[in-house]
Amino acid sequence: MKTQSFQPQLPTFWWLQRGNYRRYMLRELTSLPIAVYAVWLILALLRLGQGAEAWAAFRASLATPAAIGLQLIVLVFAVVHSVSWFALAPRTMPIYIGTRRVADAWIAAAHYLAWAVLSVLIFLAIGV
Amino acid sequence: MGASNKPVLWLPFAAGGMLAALALPALVAVVLLDSLGRLPGGGLDYARVSAWIGNPWIAIALFAFVSLVLWHAAHRLRMTLQDLGVRRPGARRVAARLCYLGAGLFTFVLGYQLI
Amino acid sequence: MNSSSPSSAASTRMVTLDVARFRPESEPAPSWQSYQVPVLEEWTVLDALNHVKDHIDGSLSYRWSCHMAVCGSCGMMVNGNPTLSCKSFLRELPDQIRIEPLANLKVIRDLVVEQNRLIDGMAAAKTWLIPREPPPADQAYRQTPAQLAQYRPLSMCINCMLCYAACPQVALNPGYLGPAALALAQRYNLDSRDAGAIERMQTTASDDGVWECTFIGECSEVCPKHVDPAGAIQQMKLASSLEWFKRRLGLGGDA
Repeated sequence: MKTQSFQPQLPTFWWLQRGNYRRYMLRELTSLPIAVYAVWLILALLRLGQGAEAWAAFRASLATPAAIGLQLIVLVFAVVHSVSWFALAPRTMPIYIGTRRVADAWIAAAHYLAWAVLSVLIFLAIGV
Repeated sequence: MGASNKPVLWLPFAAGGMLAALALPALVAVVLLDSLGRLPGGGLDYARVSAWIGNPWIAIALFAFVSLVLWHAAHRLRMTLQDLGVRRPGARRVAARLCYLGAGLFTFVLGYQLI
Repeated sequence: MNSSSPSSAASTRMVTLDVARFRPESEPAPSWQSYQVPVLEEWTVLDALNHVKDHIDGSLSYRWSCHMAVCGSCGMMVNGNPTLSCKSFLRELPDQIRIEPLANLKVIRDLVVEQNRLIDGMAAAKTWLIPREPPPADQAYRQTPAQLAQYRPLSMCINCMLCYAACPQVALNPGYLGPAALALAQRYNLDSRDAGAIERMQTTASDDGVWECTFIGECSEVCPKHVDPAGAIQQMKLASSLEWFKRRLGLGGDA
């Protein structure tokens, strides 16, 4: 006798159902502000190429309250991206010493160190 | 089945994700401080910034950074659209093309500007 | 397992099991049925189901065998979480418990799901040893402890399919090979005696393979044997990508 099996459907809002799914979706949605910012950077270079006046106007547009708010949002999501990325990186690139796998925390710590060093370098190169 | 061309999409995604994780917060923070007028030194005035971009090494590094980060975001956005309900094969293809073509287009503009 | 039945004394704890039933000969979709079960302190969800089966309703169908988290048969959703029911203690659960078949998989009857997704995936991904060389004279492939350590965690898989129930991509992409099949493929890829990694990539690096995974990571969270399928799949993405570019650049000599 042929029996009919039942195929359940994934709910549309499955990503709200579990804590891990929600954190995952937050992590994935960092892509939106990051994409906006990358396009913003390209726009900045476009304006830079148009000369000193265009650049000054662009800089002024960045100083408006809306632009500052948007930059703050991008900054928060960029940090969320960094933290979530460093949490996952050790599992993508495990390192073994003999029979022992180097603890994820050490590999994550190396990433945080690189993050700190690079951030300081960027501040020194551009900021000061 | 058979080997897929997905590595072309995935490896730049992973590289861009790593670069964004390491460098993007500092970059955003520096630009934000400049917008707030709190950057010590000259800030991001025209002479300084155009001198940086004039350096070919900085231009190449900036091109690699921005294009990879953009690709990373485009790929992730495409997968997220699938997660959020873009499920029919035709709709998936459209979403994928929009994401990747968008990233490609802006990468072209970026390259044009920097050369 | 528990032949002793709880006494019906007033002190006995009563638990309500809301069980998703599916009888394909009489209903088009699953429906709910509740059972009142007197339970003992040390019982698991599986013990409560066995009580139902033995004393209340013999028509209830579910898989189980070892009652010690080794056979991988008794996976189900307990209050929405993919769990081995033999490992899910009632003392850690409320008095009302929702029991459903593993999510994302086709239901055959009641709590019994189709296992084809895993078994077909394992066949497609060739999750067995493809030897590097014929066995040595003493018929033993030698391996150092360090070589063993590379794949040992992944070899703990008991094929229980909890990871399939935890993975939305399994539901979203019907062709996706799935977490356990891919993790088992990587288990052999990492084995020093094995030479099948390139061959496996035919399926594991296909459009239905590792690329469907978005590293949600819930598969690894629910695994009762602490396998990390999510991590293994990312490692496979990296290895497959490097292999792909090596081949494009004409550096890949073999296969």
